[in-house]
Amino acid sequence: MKLCVLVKQVPGSESALRIASGNTWIEDAAALFEMNESDNYALEEALRIKESLGNDSEVVVVSMGPERVQKVIREALSKGADRGIHINEMPEIKSDPFATAQVFANVIKDENFDLIFSGLQSDDVGSGQTGVILGEMLGMATATLVMATEVQEGSIKVKRELESGWFQWVSMSTPASITIQSGINQPRYPSLKGIMGAKKKEMKVVDPSTAVTPEKQQSFANIYLPTADKKTEMIEGNVDQMVSRLVDVLKTEIKVL
Amino acid sequence: MDILVVLENNKGAIHRMSLEAIVAAQKLAAEQNLSNALLALGADTGALASAAAIYDTGEVLTVEHNLLSVYNSDGYAAALRQVIDQEKPSYVFFGHTYMVRDYVPKISAQLQRPFLCDVISLNTTAGLTFAKQAFNAKLAVDLGVASEGTVLVSFQSASFNADLISSGSAQIREVAVELDETVIKTTSEEPFQEEAGGVDLTAAEIIISVGRGIGKEENLPIAEALAQAIGGEISSSRPVVDSGWLPSFRQIGSSGQTVSPKLYFALGISGAIQHVVGMKGSKNIVAINKDAEAPIFELADYGVVGDLLEIVPKLTEAILAAKN
Repeated sequence: MKLCVLVKQVPGSESALRIASGNTWIEDAAALFEMNESDNYALEEALRIKESLGNDSEVVVVSMGPERVQKVIREALSKGADRGIHINEMPEIKSDPFATAQVFANVIKDENFDLIFSGLQSDDVGSGQTGVILGEMLGMATATLVMATEVQEGSIKVKRELESGWFQWVSMSTPASITIQSGINQPRYPSLKGIMGAKKKEMKVVDPSTAVTPEKQQSFANIYLPTADKKTEMIEGNVDQMVSRLVDVLKTEIKVL
Repeated sequence: MDILVVLENNKGAIHRMSLEAIVAAQKLAAEQNLSNALLALGADTGALASAAAIYDTGEVLTVEHNLLSVYNSDGYAAALRQVIDQEKPSYVFFGHTYMVRDYVPKISAQLQRPFLCDVISLNTTAGLTFAKQAFNAKLAVDLGVASEGTVLVSFQSASFNADLISSGSAQIREVAVELDETVIKTTSEEPFQEEAGGVDLTAAEIIISVGRGIGKEENLPIAEALAQAIGGEISSSRPVVDSGWLPSFRQIGSSGQTVSPKLYFALGISGAIQHVVGMKGSKNIVAINKDAEAPIFELADYGVVGDLLEIVPKLTEAILAAKN
């Protein structure tokens, strides 16, 4: 079985964020990048399926972005993915899930993947659409927010998360594009052997601009700091002073004591 | 037709987030003198259409087909795409529900039209702009649309207040669609609930919620002691449940419960969108977080920047002392 995992490198939850001049993206240089959280779960799920099926299965990791994204591809290779494809950045479409999916579709269509996995949404743009649009463009079945998978020859059954603690099993024939919800598994850490081995694995670099002209549908027109809806009282001082003010607030303002 | 609002059926009633989308449509219609219509789709839409006809809207459309009896993304996408082709709305509004996240990107792909998702506001001061959050809700962004034609828009939970919905009286009109089984690539089973019989956090007056900042499972008793001292329920954001430290029925957020208690303590919770949608209706929010930049402080009424492992035990002590 040929499995594809789309991974994205995004600013980590602790990263500084500075709005770049032009107000359409952040300053890359100020950010600390890491693998998008739900993509890490998607990768783990693909690796587990490969391991359960046996050796003739393959996990291919695909990421789009500037050269730095090779770091998350290498990370995936060190955890057990077999090869990587780095699609060079097309800066003008990075906040557009439709155009991004078009580029992915163009690059991977001849790979004939049985399953495409991606995280349910990226922590930067957060559209949660690319995996579904890509599946649709490639004529695949799709399912989102998946919390369990059962793979059989030619088909996959997935447990989809609905709202408020409800779930639903959905089955489909392959090929299929599946978006993975955080918490589906416990992602592994790379072993030292894995890290050493990853250096020898194939990393293909693709320049998409010659092959495809994506049709941009939407963009980040203007990024800004959110304005607070509320007036927040920041409680300051040493720990004892802060605790004393908090108790005062609970007693006299919120009136729960 | 200018604005079409797609209604989601939530156990026989109109989903709360669909009502919020109607409020968004009514606001836009009023500000730009546009028409709006509501759409119920499924195998039996009678009850939902009647429930929708009491609102201020141009008309209520229904689409009925037996292949829509159990939700499936291909059938819903195909049916709605045909309605869009026939009615040619400028905007199609949705609540940003899990179902919408599942099937609306397909329509975006098929129609080659943008899906602006998880939108938090609309602004008509200069044309029309939709805004969403980005970078883990730390930044906001106005979205640009590249070309003319239908725009699909989903609204984040609680971006509009369902209580502000305007009443009216509307006619119901059925729209015919053609569907056959071959478009449906998946087979869906009946939805089920896991860990039923858990705690109903929606009834709690005081909620002590812990996030990733609690650090490790061994630190949970610190939050539990505070909950006991003040008489509150323990809950958490998703990462704590994903780590197995608390059962999933204690999770607040888009995949957990939605609460609006008198007091919500956010301990070590950064304020990711997925969590915030479940608690932003709380009457009073007190946030303790070591990261002064955490978006939870945008939402909090009271904020403390500091180490919760140091502050919370002392707070618990002080609360117990104050009670005696």
